[in-house]
Amino acid sequence: MSGPESQKIGQGIGASVPRREDRRFLLGKGRYTDDLELPGQAHAVFLRSPYAHATIRSIDAARALAVPGVLAVLTGEDVAADGLGGIPCGWQITNKDGSKMVEPPHPALAHGKARHAGDPVAMVVAETRAQARDAAQLVEVDYQALPAVAHLTAAAATGAPQVWDEAPGNVCFDWHLGDAAATDAAFAGAAHVVAIDLVNNRIIPNAIEPRAANGHYDDVEDRYTLYTTSQNPHLTRLLLGAFSLKVPEHKLRVVAPDVGGGFGSKIFHYAEELLVLWASKKVGRPVKWTSERSEAFLSDAHGRDHATHAELALDAGGKFLALRVRTLANLGAYLSTFAPAIPTYLHATLLSGPYDIPAIYAEVKAIFTHTVPVDAVRGAGRPEATYVLERLVDKASRETGLDRVDLRRRNLIRPDQFPYQTAVALQYDVGDYEPTLDMALEAIDYPRFAERRAASKARGKLRGFGLSTYIEACGIAPSALVGALGARAGLYEAASVRVHPTGTVTVFTGTHSHGQGHETTFAQLVVEQLGVPFENVEVVHGDTDRIPFGMGTYGSRSAAVGGSAIVKAMDKIVDKGRKIAAHLLEASVADVEFSDGKFRVAGTDREKTFGEIAFAAYVPHDYPIDTVEPGLEDSAFYDPKNFTFPAGCHAVEVEVDPETGVVEVVDVAIADDVGVVINPMIVDGQAHGGLAHGIGQALLEECVYDDEGQLLSGSFMSYCMPRADDLPMFRVGNHATPCTHNPLGVKGVGEMGSIGVPPAVINAVIDALAPLGVTHIDMPATPEKVWRAIRAAGGGA
Amino acid sequence: MATIRLQVNGKARVADVEPRTLLVELLRERLRLTGTHVGCDTSQCGACTVWVDGKSIKSCTMLAVEADGAAVTTIEGLAAHDGMHAELHPMQEAFHACHGLQCGFCTPGMVMSATELVRRNPDPSEGEVRHWLEGNMCRCTGYHNIVRAVLSAAETMRAEPEVASGHRAAAGGAR
Repeated sequence: MSGPESQKIGQGIGASVPRREDRRFLLGKGRYTDDLELPGQAHAVFLRSPYAHATIRSIDAARALAVPGVLAVLTGEDVAADGLGGIPCGWQITNKDGSKMVEPPHPALAHGKARHAGDPVAMVVAETRAQARDAAQLVEVDYQALPAVAHLTAAAATGAPQVWDEAPGNVCFDWHLGDAAATDAAFAGAAHVVAIDLVNNRIIPNAIEPRAANGHYDDVEDRYTLYTTSQNPHLTRLLLGAFSLKVPEHKLRVVAPDVGGGFGSKIFHYAEELLVLWASKKVGRPVKWTSERSEAFLSDAHGRDHATHAELALDAGGKFLALRVRTLANLGAYLSTFAPAIPTYLHATLLSGPYDIPAIYAEVKAIFTHTVPVDAVRGAGRPEATYVLERLVDKASRETGLDRVDLRRRNLIRPDQFPYQTAVALQYDVGDYEPTLDMALEAIDYPRFAERRAASKARGKLRGFGLSTYIEACGIAPSALVGALGARAGLYEAASVRVHPTGTVTVFTGTHSHGQGHETTFAQLVVEQLGVPFENVEVVHGDTDRIPFGMGTYGSRSAAVGGSAIVKAMDKIVDKGRKIAAHLLEASVADVEFSDGKFRVAGTDREKTFGEIAFAAYVPHDYPIDTVEPGLEDSAFYDPKNFTFPAGCHAVEVEVDPETGVVEVVDVAIADDVGVVINPMIVDGQAHGGLAHGIGQALLEECVYDDEGQLLSGSFMSYCMPRADDLPMFRVGNHATPCTHNPLGVKGVGEMGSIGVPPAVINAVIDALAPLGVTHIDMPATPEKVWRAIRAAGGGA
Repeated sequence: MATIRLQVNGKARVADVEPRTLLVELLRERLRLTGTHVGCDTSQCGACTVWVDGKSIKSCTMLAVEADGAAVTTIEGLAAHDGMHAELHPMQEAFHACHGLQCGFCTPGMVMSATELVRRNPDPSEGEVRHWLEGNMCRCTGYHNIVRAVLSAAETMRAEPEVASGHRAAAGGAR
């Protein structure tokens, strides 16, 4: 194939272009943070509190400092003495009564008190990692253990141990959304009211690459460079510069090289990032820290951890009238970067789901506990909302006798209702939900489910079917809107497009790719819009010295916001190119069209290729120099007009062994509307990963603390990750309605699996167990839990 | 310190190591073969999988001194090299074609483990692939495309055994 048109067909929008980033990973040539060894590299190890709550009476580092190779032992007192800022929180929630949330300090190293098991207490820097590790064991910390509380309901109870003096009752904020009076009125007139109490289990993100940070202070340039496992290096630089390290941004470079998965956990600004930079200046050498896995369990922000009571009001025909939701959300001991936004604006705002629900009222009380901070993990708030709603809808189906498919169908927002204003602040721009329901049911062959159930029964197994129809809000987010809701940053995205004199293109994006394949998909955007061959496009991300600005990758925003910024920058390139072409073709600018990589005078065969225009821009001998600057490079900042709203239906079949309680996921079929698909292969891959994450939460994964705040699920031996033999093949369908407000029509895909599938799995498990009288089970539906539920219901032996 | 001699990706290496030095530390920190990754500290995740004398092992769980005299193959040694050009092993090629990797962190261990599976069992079923890879964790792909890649590579390797065995590491795995 040759020529722009064929390249566009082959490698533009809509093509499953194999990923260009694969080769380096497959050859073992990826460059992850821990792979980087700087000249004079020193290593840091953190000593972490073994207690969930303790007074630090003294720290004696004398023996540690005597270990050969040890360069420094640093403590919270040193942090305070040097005036380092704390770790900031990026979102402020306003309480029901108009007051602001409690925002306690978050020192980089615990000072005075440790507030969760794993709270860093001292930093040991040595020539080698082994020396630092040896020395850390010799740091003597005199702790006085204090009463601790780890669990939500215990922490919210009267007389519970207090995490912060300034937060009575351990309440960080008490917030609400929606119209309480309208909701009460709707409930008063309802034919049916269905109630449910749910736990959304706490999970640990566990990207397979542990976090790492390598800090280097250059005393000649008086400049800091941080290599870190981040999803958003510019955001990290912003927070380091303005709040924690307090160094001007032009003196700070943050590089996030290849990053081995994030899933939310690498959004946040962590203390270790600040501390390696600070320590580097102190010891005069680069300082690297790489988390061990057991350390990651104690220091990466966790996710979910909600306890919810919810009620749904229906009329006699099954039309949803109102929804009331009361949630307790665990925030851990400190406020992580986005923590307050997760149970509020990413959770309660999604409670309408894909349904027309006239009245909704949600209350969220956020609670401090002596545990690791809780923040966004893949889905972040939206899985919690979807789980509440979809479990409640299934329960409504059982209690009213209305069919679960019909009940959903009856309440889905119809295409003619868009734009649809929900009762919880969001306005959905576009969607077409029923076809995704039909597609998923067809893919899983729902009409013949009864036959399969009978066949399973004949083999002694209980088969269950479950579904969820869900929506998510992605493409985070319009800056003015989130600012009004308490965000302390804008959530636009930035891009620069540099056209080189020979017509090749380098794209600089403020998003970050840590598995999403931006180097491929963003190059496809350039092929599509500029008609440049795929191999002539390079995409650069992850370095604040190379990329002008950016907000990073989270909330399924990279294509919708970052991709749109690239499109806007390319629009400017094309506008300038038309002016140059008009001059060369002796035509008016208005008559010059651009398509398939050619600038053409409309209605003629007079044309200039993109490469010719690029060359003219850099060798402006025959050029409109009085009105057009030389060069061909432009930038754009794109601030989205609204969230995007991917939606769909996830259908699951499980088989339960009633003797052992083991649940096997035997089939998963999903149909999603993620908007325009740039690379179907990559989009499917994102769906697969999200499904595994969601099935993991539903069946396997559970972060367990004991009553004293000790993490019992502190390694891969005790925290059950989904493995290849836990999962089936996935069937993924697509029904696109293009997003109406971004130039690509894309919506986002990274999180939908972890949002849509958990309730479908649990609904299937309950469906399987319903004949035995089981009506409720909380995630994860482990064999033990299922076995006990069967016995408690009087089933089994 | 102990002095050990071993072959790594076909090259003779001599190293002085502490008794406690792990094989993965030797590979990553001393030999700078950073393609082998460390994802956990309990021998669960499999990111550190390499071959020792042709068998896949978790290099975080083997002391460097235990590899004295052994032939070690890492991900860097799997492709066939023609001068500067690396020609991907059929397993690597299949991971690329089937989108069997996303962030790439588990990939080296996954590929080394899967290649040994196909060498042992040239025609594995989906269930056998899933069972074999139980010791390699991936958070990105949901395993779907990894399983497809392994099945596809097995087909290629059955059809063109000389291609697979032409790769130095595959041939040099057994001593």
